[in-house]
Amino acid sequence: MKHLLTTQGLSKDDAILLLDTSAQMAATQSRENKKLPTLRGRTVVNLFYEDSTRTRISFETAAKRLSADVINFSAKGSSVSKGESLKDTALTLHAMGADAVVVRHSASGAAHQLAHAGWLDAGVLNAGDGMHQHPTQALLDAFTIRRHLVGNVGEDGRGTDTSAGADLAGVRVAIVGDVLHSRVARSNVYLLHTLGAEVTLVSPPTLVPVGVETWPCRVSYHLDETLEQWQPDAVMMLRVQRERMSGGAGGAFFPSPMEYSRKFGFDARRLAVLPDHAIVLHPGPMNRGLEISAAAADHPRSVIVEQVANGVAVRMAALYLLLAGTDERNAL
Amino acid sequence: MSTPSTTAYVLRGVRPYGTDPVDVVLADGVVAAIGAPGTVEVPGGATEIPASGQVLLPGLVDLHTHLREPGREDAETVFSGTRAAAAGGFTAVHAMANTTPTQDTAGVVEQVYRLGQEAGWVDVHPVGAVTVGLGGERLAELGAMADSAARVRVFSDDGKCVHDPVLMRRALEYVKAFDGIVAQHAQEPRLTEGAQMNEGIVSAQIGLTGWPAVAEESIIARDVLLAEHVGSRLHVCHLSTAGSVEIIRWAKGRGINVTAEVTPHHLVLTDELARDYDPVFKVNPPLRTAKDVEAVREGLADGTIDIVATDHAPHPVEDKDCEWASAAFGMTGLETALSVVQQTMVDTGRMTWADVARVLSENPARIGRIDGGQGRAIAVGEPANLTLVDPDATRAIDGRSQVTASDNTPFAGMELPGRVVATFLRGRATVLDGAVVESTGTGSVTLEGAAR
Repeated sequence: MKHLLTTQGLSKDDAILLLDTSAQMAATQSRENKKLPTLRGRTVVNLFYEDSTRTRISFETAAKRLSADVINFSAKGSSVSKGESLKDTALTLHAMGADAVVVRHSASGAAHQLAHAGWLDAGVLNAGDGMHQHPTQALLDAFTIRRHLVGNVGEDGRGTDTSAGADLAGVRVAIVGDVLHSRVARSNVYLLHTLGAEVTLVSPPTLVPVGVETWPCRVSYHLDETLEQWQPDAVMMLRVQRERMSGGAGGAFFPSPMEYSRKFGFDARRLAVLPDHAIVLHPGPMNRGLEISAAAADHPRSVIVEQVANGVAVRMAALYLLLAGTDERNAL
Repeated sequence: MSTPSTTAYVLRGVRPYGTDPVDVVLADGVVAAIGAPGTVEVPGGATEIPASGQVLLPGLVDLHTHLREPGREDAETVFSGTRAAAAGGFTAVHAMANTTPTQDTAGVVEQVYRLGQEAGWVDVHPVGAVTVGLGGERLAELGAMADSAARVRVFSDDGKCVHDPVLMRRALEYVKAFDGIVAQHAQEPRLTEGAQMNEGIVSAQIGLTGWPAVAEESIIARDVLLAEHVGSRLHVCHLSTAGSVEIIRWAKGRGINVTAEVTPHHLVLTDELARDYDPVFKVNPPLRTAKDVEAVREGLADGTIDIVATDHAPHPVEDKDCEWASAAFGMTGLETALSVVQQTMVDTGRMTWADVARVLSENPARIGRIDGGQGRAIAVGEPANLTLVDPDATRAIDGRSQVTASDNTPFAGMELPGRVVATFLRGRATVLDGAVVESTGTGSVTLEGAAR
């Protein structure tokens, strides 16, 4: 694996290798000394064109726990109009000898271009590009789902994970909210499908992309019906961006926050409809009271905080598999 | 007037419109003789051009070229763009109005017209902006541009849509006074805010904001009805969707005075090419689907679409060597247009070379009202505006070796059929042996009317 850019086209074997490696990484994180020497002497650059404190510190923590040298590069604005172009930044990072570049960018395809435009040799790890993909988010979601629904770690998530090598065959996941603008939804649809899960997207029709018919999932416009009749094992709530509500440029996707919340918000009442084993996920940051109520977010069946912890393990696994040599990988 | 021997040519064994071989003599700026091989009288000192198997077409006319000057001379100049046009077989181009300053006054259109004459590669006909600064708010001085030395007949805010229906109606009506035409860039602005590529299966997967077909089709539908209501001529720029072809077909069936154009790239490329996020494939209107490509080919073959126009849109490297969302829209086309038409329409048996002459020369000249000297039949006494094509040649396209100042061709790395061997502008070779003939000086610069 030279790059991790998208979950579309990721093989099932690679996906399971990533999840199993994540489990091994997670196991090391309960030790007193959390640091592994694996990537000593390697340089990981966090290239963030969008503000994202949580994703950046997750990658930074992951790289540091693997003993890599970490450089944080925050760049504001887009190329051409403001500041240095993506190309020039890439050439600079190449000259500095970066071994891996973790990139977050508002432009869909920015990670793909960094990997393939010939600007640098480093492995590229996509930490979110526009509306396109955010593969480590999908991997940590799948990892969390697998631990709970296949690996029987228990409601508190502290039991022994017995899911090594397993896929998600037969697991039903409802992804609810703004699918149109969501790289999290796109990443999850393809990864969960590859792992054998069934996915239903639940969204008002205005927030489903034209062309969704080729995605390997179902689409529903009704949350209650999906919860009651389809009985998902996991419900993943997507963040609704407030600028989507206004009637301004490109806005007006739904009439009001109240109506959205009534029809698509996840709360204790809707939680009660689910099977007892079902879990609730959210990629964060949450809009409490809009797409998810406080009661649902803080419920014992919510795994939202655990997702954050799993994020570090998944990103350690991704960095390890991208950067460690073939010999080491075989030895895994 | 004596005939300098250097300006007389005899094309041996050439096939006008792809028909039977003849010898064609060019002298004094006109077609002097056409006859069976070996039978024509050749002026002393005429240059012999063996052209056996090659096709002779009337000089190509582009109704839609961006020459970028004044304002973006880093992308293209009138000189470099028209030199590329000659290399592509063109003898006349219409220069779009979205320059800086905008071609919205008599002064600016005369400047572009004069630059074209000085360059001498092709006839340059500036397009006038419909609205001041392409702002879509008030009409530019269309009459002044029509009366200027540039004698503007084609008006367009190309790059932007004249979206206000009242303004569009007024423009359609106003240009009737001087037999002008409004060339509409059909793009409903609200439906295309932030749009990056065709809205459909590919945009949904790769996460780029969609440019829906309906944003083009709804404007075309409105405009053909407006043109019918006020009895004006309407030209639709670069239509790109199957639905647009259907609307034009319907409008023509009703007798509405509408003409339509398609670009070479919309005849062959699809939105699948966006998957690698290479901005060289970012263009407006966007590349559509295979179904749309088939529909525009069918529309071109059956006459629903009147012309092929390049929408030649040069850009400096940095405007394409960046993220897709930051990149400029547009691709070069002057030097590949004829090859793409040959590949998609002639080599597939859908059109003859006479049809090519119709869609790349005769019709655009007539729409632009420059058919007094361009887009004429290949006949004795007609101006020698001609293009000689070797249809059996193939060439590998390389952006950096193009004559245009810009590299952004979507056909880079592809093999395309056909090669322009020679281009003649009023009997003077601007291209010979497939290479541009560097001019020894400026042509006759006339600015009749400029002092008015």
